[in-house]
Order: sequence, then C-alpha cells, then structure tokens
Amino acid sequence: MTEARLRTEGVTLAYEKRVVAENLDVRIADGSFTVIVGPNACGKSTLLKSLARVLKPQAGAVLLDGQAIASYPSKLVAKQLGMLPQSPIVPGGIVVEELVARGRFAHQRLLRQWSPEDEQAVTDAMRLTEVSDLADRFVDELSGGQRQRVWLAMALAQQTPILLLDEPTTFLDLSHQFEVLDLCAELHEQGRTVVAVLHDLNHAGRYATELIVMKDGRVVAQGAPAEVMTAPLVEDVFAMPCRVIDDPETGTPMVVPADRHRRRSSRTTEKAHA
Amino acid sequence: MIRAGGLSLRLHPRTGAIGLVLLLIALGVAFVNLTTGDSPVPVAEVLKSLAGKGTAGTDFIVYELRLPRVLVTLLVGVALGASGAVFQSLTRNPLGSPDFVGLTTGAASGALIVMLITGGGGLRVGAGAIIGCVITAVAVYLLAFRRGVQPFRLVLMGIGVSALLEAFNSYLIYRAQLNEAIAAQVWLIGSVNGRGWTEVVIVAVTVVVLVPLILYYGRHLKVLALGDEMAVLQGVPVERSRAILALAAVGLSAGATAAAGPIAFVALAAPPLAARLSRSPDAGILPAAVMGAALLSAGDWAAQNVLPSDNIPVGVVTAALGGLYLTWLLLHERRGARA
Repeated sequence: MTEARLRTEGVTLAYEKRVVAENLDVRIADGSFTVIVGPNACGKSTLLKSLARVLKPQAGAVLLDGQAIASYPSKLVAKQLGMLPQSPIVPGGIVVEELVARGRFAHQRLLRQWSPEDEQAVTDAMRLTEVSDLADRFVDELSGGQRQRVWLAMALAQQTPILLLDEPTTFLDLSHQFEVLDLCAELHEQGRTVVAVLHDLNHAGRYATELIVMKDGRVVAQGAPAEVMTAPLVEDVFAMPCRVIDDPETGTPMVVPADRHRRRSSRTTEKAHA
Repeated sequence: MIRAGGLSLRLHPRTGAIGLVLLLIALGVAFVNLTTGDSPVPVAEVLKSLAGKGTAGTDFIVYELRLPRVLVTLLVGVALGASGAVFQSLTRNPLGSPDFVGLTTGAASGALIVMLITGGGGLRVGAGAIIGCVITAVAVYLLAFRRGVQPFRLVLMGIGVSALLEAFNSYLIYRAQLNEAIAAQVWLIGSVNGRGWTEVVIVAVTVVVLVPLILYYGRHLKVLALGDEMAVLQGVPVERSRAILALAAVGLSAGATAAAGPIAFVALAAPPLAARLSRSPDAGILPAAVMGAALLSAGDWAAQNVLPSDNIPVGVVTAALGGLYLTWLLLHERRGARA
C-alpha cells in the first residue's frame, strides 16, 4: 500500500445535527492526483473541508503524518497543505496582486514580512494561472472565471506539497477548464499531491491517477479510473444509465449517458418490477 | 517595501507617507493647542518650558493646564482610531465601530452609575467606565454567539444593546439632582476640558500596553478579512487571534472613554479616512491611530477657537463632523458595506 501523509480515521462529519458522513476512512496516496466524484450532497466537499481542517469532525480524526491535524500549530499545517475553497469572500477594494500575496501569510514572520521568496512565489503563481496581466485590477470587478484563477493563484502562492481544490473548474469556460486541469497535472508531475472535487466524470477519468467515488457519505469505490469507472458503478451512484468507452484521445474511461428514450424505458421497466 | 538584512516589511509607500503627514499634523496641532487658550503663550516660551527652562508662570500653564489636555487628546485619538480599525476589520462593516456596537454607551452607563449613584471622582468614574465597557462587550458577544460569532449579527446585537443602554442612561439622568444631571450630561458629550495627569495615565497605560499587542496581531486582520475558512487555511489561529484583537480593542475603547468620556465618531471615521487617503483597502492600525490623533487634536483646536463661546467640549465638534461623515458614508459607501 502506498504511503498516505493525509488520511481520515473513522471521521463523522456533520453540520450541526445534520450528519453528512459517518465513520469514514479515506487515504490520500502521496504523490497522487486524487479526484473525488459523486452526486450532489454526497459529502465530497465536506470531506475536502475536513481534510483541510476547516471543518472539525464530530468523531474520529484527520491525520497528517500520523498525528491529528488539529494538534499542529495552524501555521505549520498551512505550509504543508493549501486549499481552494468553493466560494471565498471577496473583500472590497483589493487588487489581484495584493490578494495573491496574502497567500504567503504562513511563510512570513513579524520582522520578515516580505522576502524575495515571497515575491517569487507570487510572481510564479500569477504566471501559472495567467493572471499576471490582471495584477493591478480590483478583484471584485473581475469576471467569475478570472476571479477563480486569482483564488487558485493565491492557493499556489502558498507553495504547499499538498493542494486541495474544491471544484476548481467552476465559472471557467472550456479552454480555461482544461488549462486549470493541465496545471493541476503539471503540479502533480512535479511531485505534489493534488486532491480535487470535480463534477465532470470525463475530466476525472482523464486526469485522475486515483478516483474516490462517494455516495450518501460513503466511499463506494477507490482506485485507478480505468478499474473503478464502470457503467454499472456510474449507473448505481448517479442513477444514470450509460456506456463507458475509451476516450478516443487519451484511452482513459469516458462516460456517455444513455439516450433519453432508452433511459425512460429502463425507468418504466424498473417501476414495473417494483 | 523595506528590507534590511533578514528584516523586511511590505509597505505601500503612499500609506507610509500619509501616516507620516498625519503624525506631523497631529503633533503640529497639538503644539498649537499648547500655545493658545485663555492666556496665549508665545511659541518660544512654550519651547523653553518643554525644555525645562521656563518661568514658573508658563510652566504652570504648560504643565498643569495644557499639556495633560493635549496628551489626553492625542492618546485618546490614537486609542479610538486603533480600536475602530480593529472592530471595523473584524466585523467587516464600516459601521462596526465601538460607538455603534454599544461599547461607548456601556462605558457611559458605568461612568454614570459612579457619578449619580455611588458617587466618586475622576479615577472612580474612569474605573466605572472601563468596567461598564467590558461588561457590555461580554454581553454583546454572548448575545451574538450562535455557533461562533457572525460579524453582522454582532453589529446588530451591538446596536440593540446600545439602544437599551441609552434608555438606561437617560433614566439615570432623569432621576438625578439637577446639578448632578448637568455634570453627567456634560460628561456624556465627551470632552478633554480640564483633564489632568490622572486621565493621561489612564489612557497612556492602555495605549502603551494594548497598541503593541494589536500591532502584533494586526497582521492577522488582512487574512481574517477573507473569511474564517480562508484564515484557517492560511494558518491564522482564528479564534485566539480574534479574541485577543477584540479584547485589546475593547480595552482601548474603555481607556479612551474613561479619560475623555464618550467622544463620538472618531473611531468610526478615522480608519476609513486614513484608508481613503492612502488609497488602500484597509489602512492598517497605525495610520488609523495617527488619523484619530490628528482628528481629535484638530477637533479640540476648533472647539477652543472657532466658536465665540470658548471651550465647548470637543465631543460637540466630533459629533457635528461625524454626522456629516455618516451621511456621506451611507450615501456613497454601499460598496464597502456590501463586503
């Protein structure tokens, strides 16, 4: 079994009294590009939040290097693990470069607030996410897609070996979706552990080295996409009859939903049986 | 940006320059206030006195009558500016200043209880104000608490508690003897008239202890402004750092009110004015603090010199200016309020 710096041990995740997942064990293999998929409200974003210690589990623990993540000083964890949240607050009147620079907080000290490494990290992050031209623009005046790339730049500026991304492709047009996914793949190739929640199964099939499939707060399958992503599994988890074929471009599994009429007839047969 | 050896600070040059200009204005006006008054003292004489070479007469005027007042003005301005900057940043709301969330009113209640019920002079009134302020802060926090504290809920609770305390304060004044009621009402306007070394010490101690604490944790404010979730991700110990910042800001607000009464609007107006001048989203603690000192010194100069009836309380001036500022804020700052 591969090493896993980051894992959960019997965690129960809940918002107030609404339990989202119970007794969940998940291992994020080191150096993997792990993609978490599942239907709406299956707990995938909640799991990601608990991995990033933004949501405290009601039972069990999230472990980083074998020790409860909550027991580390917050700044120490922030140097190991960064996350792009789903809908961060945009403060008014702040320009792009300044926001990205705030991603360096964990690397700064009282008397060392802006080092050459900080400068370099911010420049690199803005170049990689193609927001360098927007450096002096106000964040609240950007389009949804530009803003999403700025937040990604901020997460990259943190320069953490583990990077969690909650739906990084939302708000992006087709070419920018693939640019962000390519960027994730490059970061993964450079040795970082990347974990992303994605909605598009074909993105997941193409980019993931490890797939975690969730339904109703449980992990129903985990492994390489080619092994995990099968027609019966997709139909079971997403209630969507489909075919899984080889992506003509990459050979990775690709989900093709069944035709509307066939789906309807399969539902009526189900009802007739019931 | 300033870098020297392993030491580096990131400063907007404009913010630094504005801070310096404001500091010079504050000190300049403060010096003018030393020379003017019922018996004007020439600049040269004041300088001699400050250097320890003055005559007995000017020494008395400078050291006993004017210097304490001038120092109280500067320090209260610093305390209010810094406290306002912290609160507005923590609540993410330009109306989230200590005078709006009930702290100043609570301090006033504490002071009025001492003045009108238990009886007592300067130091005890000051203590009453500090206790009243801290109790109010705790009450507002507990009332606003529902699975952590939502900034907006805190502001609304503060406004509600503030209204209740206003009623309580009015009741205290209504049932008091006429002369006591007048004294209390004058105190409520907020003034630096006749402040002595006792008040200087009260506010100086709070400023010297709490401002460095706020400056240290102030770095966290920029990340806290991005929301709790983002602050955790960046490695800010959210609960601890917010509690320390809020308590220190409460302390500054209490110290300022204890020394000079509830002076309105400086805490509300100083931080955004400093931010606007330096054209940055949040001016930071120091520019807001020197802006507070400059505003209050200028206000006290105006209170003593502009109107024919001399020595009106500075609180009247700040309230008048503050009213104008608030109107302007509500009309033009929708963008800021939305965030």
